[in-house]
Amino acid sequence: MTHDLTVSRRGLLSAGAGVGAAALLPAAALAQGSKATTLLNVSYDPTRELYKEINAAFAEYWKGRTNQVLTLNQSHGGSGKQARSVIDGLQADVVTLALAADIDEIAARAKLLPANWQSRLPNNSAPYTSTIVFLVRKGNPWKIRDWPDLIKPGIGVITPNPKTSGGARWGYLAAYAAAAKTGGDAAAQAYLAKLFKNVPVLDTGARGSTTTFAQRKIGDVLLTWENEAYLTIDEFGPHDIVYPSSSILAEPSVALVDKNVDRHGTRTLATGYLNFLYSPRAQEIIAKHHFRPRDQAAFARYARYFKQIPLVTVDSAFGGWKKAQATHFADGGVFDRIYRP
Amino acid sequence: MTDRFAAAPIVRPVTDPWPRRARLVEHSILPGFKLSLGITLIYLSLIVLLPLTALAVRPWEIGVEGILRTLTDPRVAAALKVSFGISLAAALVNAPLGLMLAWTLTRYRFPGRRIMEALVDLPFALPTAVAGIALTAIYAPNGPLGALFAKIGIKTAYSPVGIFIALVFIGLPFVVRSIQPVLEDLDKDVEEAAQTLGANDFQRVLHVVIPAIGPAILSGVSLAFARAVGEYGSVIFIAGNLPLKTEIAPLLIVIKLEEYDYAGAATIGLAMLAISFGALVVMNIAQIFLARRGRA
Repeated sequence: MTHDLTVSRRGLLSAGAGVGAAALLPAAALAQGSKATTLLNVSYDPTRELYKEINAAFAEYWKGRTNQVLTLNQSHGGSGKQARSVIDGLQADVVTLALAADIDEIAARAKLLPANWQSRLPNNSAPYTSTIVFLVRKGNPWKIRDWPDLIKPGIGVITPNPKTSGGARWGYLAAYAAAAKTGGDAAAQAYLAKLFKNVPVLDTGARGSTTTFAQRKIGDVLLTWENEAYLTIDEFGPHDIVYPSSSILAEPSVALVDKNVDRHGTRTLATGYLNFLYSPRAQEIIAKHHFRPRDQAAFARYARYFKQIPLVTVDSAFGGWKKAQATHFADGGVFDRIYRP
Repeated sequence: MTDRFAAAPIVRPVTDPWPRRARLVEHSILPGFKLSLGITLIYLSLIVLLPLTALAVRPWEIGVEGILRTLTDPRVAAALKVSFGISLAAALVNAPLGLMLAWTLTRYRFPGRRIMEALVDLPFALPTAVAGIALTAIYAPNGPLGALFAKIGIKTAYSPVGIFIALVFIGLPFVVRSIQPVLEDLDKDVEEAAQTLGANDFQRVLHVVIPAIGPAILSGVSLAFARAVGEYGSVIFIAGNLPLKTEIAPLLIVIKLEEYDYAGAATIGLAMLAISFGALVVMNIAQIFLARRGRA
């Protein structure tokens, strides 16, 4: 078990992924001559339901325009893990990940897309945004209202591991920014050390934490994506969503994987797919799944779900993802120091 | 321990610690030796040696200093301790319990025995993630058994105890299946002879049965141990995964991979391999000595 995890050399994996992609491609080639009609969207954990609906809508839209019948495949998992799979050879046509840093890694390490990928689409290549909120038990028995309440003794905080989960990284940065506002970096690091002392279970991904909190009933507050909080209420029954006094503007970004689409001949299709995400129809679906749409009309229709609170951005508070990643989450970074004995 | 003279190889050639070597030469008279040895070597190289070489090559990218820094990191050290310590504990606990199960299954005939036989194999067959989720559901504070333990103040899921439970679960069939065939083949006459010589039930088991199946118990324990050390799927669900407390080494490898620290991940992997290999060698030597004693 251990060894096959350890030996995930790029060569071996890309061979495996290549076989997988080869299995997908012939069907597409047969259906439309040389023009491929299969698209693989590699995404992160909480977007399963969202892209299922978007894919159905896009397939219908594309058929109306070009009369092509599409096969749209989606893959989900922790954002970091998904990025690594693409680097190791998973044949993604488009990636829709939890944070820009993960797509940066694909650009930097595998050179599958240009470094300036984020400027190629509107709104920082993020067709929707979200934020980090608190999910508490029905009636909020421990009166958890804001960030300082999370470090009170005895409060159990559930969050995934920022090393493995994109959502957890956004949550960590939101907490850091809130604490740094009053006391600077030292206060923020002291705050986070206390916060993670209150974490009884560190799951590897957002869904794992949701299960731990909602199904196993561990902990008093779940630090999670706004959309995941609403989904938890739909799936597991009444909980209260608490909006802290400030949080973070999470921009899950999307990008075309140039080298892969050129190899598959899917550039037009993939470009159409990403542009479709910005269309009113997709924006409506996005809003329905509790992601914050960029489209003002769609936002207005679902505004009751998106409480307006001050949101810091990674660029203004942390100098961009590259810097935040290196300072906080890299080996030996601030997060590692929290767990020194 | 008592019969050192009897164990001397000159007195009894049967107790040669490497009987297989002698047999290999004898059997090479059979046709097809070269062909089968060739296929064996190629197969072993492809399936085992090649990936292990890749693993052994990778860590040196960060240099000896980098390897040392990775291994002396308190979090890595703690994870290795959790993985190996709890695996050993689980394997040791499985020894008497596995023996009892094997004993019951071979020595008695009762209704439902065949179902029990099948149940023993279940941890083999079950996907480890399924096992992990099922165990977590039962042992979580709101699960039926977890609630029971919580009442007496024992935390099961999301603590080292949870890891232990998962590792006992996956290790059990290895112990039972190693002991069972040996126990079945054990000559009745030897035990009967012991009985006619006046040994009581307890003496018969302790002096006749246990020495004979000792090597099998040990091999079952080492198999269970080796399996437990590498176990990932079932443990991460029940462990809680807190650094320094309940974080297992395989999870730390995955975390290193998420950081694109391939060399660091390989370092931990190589360290685990070295420790496992050392442990297996020790157990094999012990097994050889036990085998001598059992035959003597």
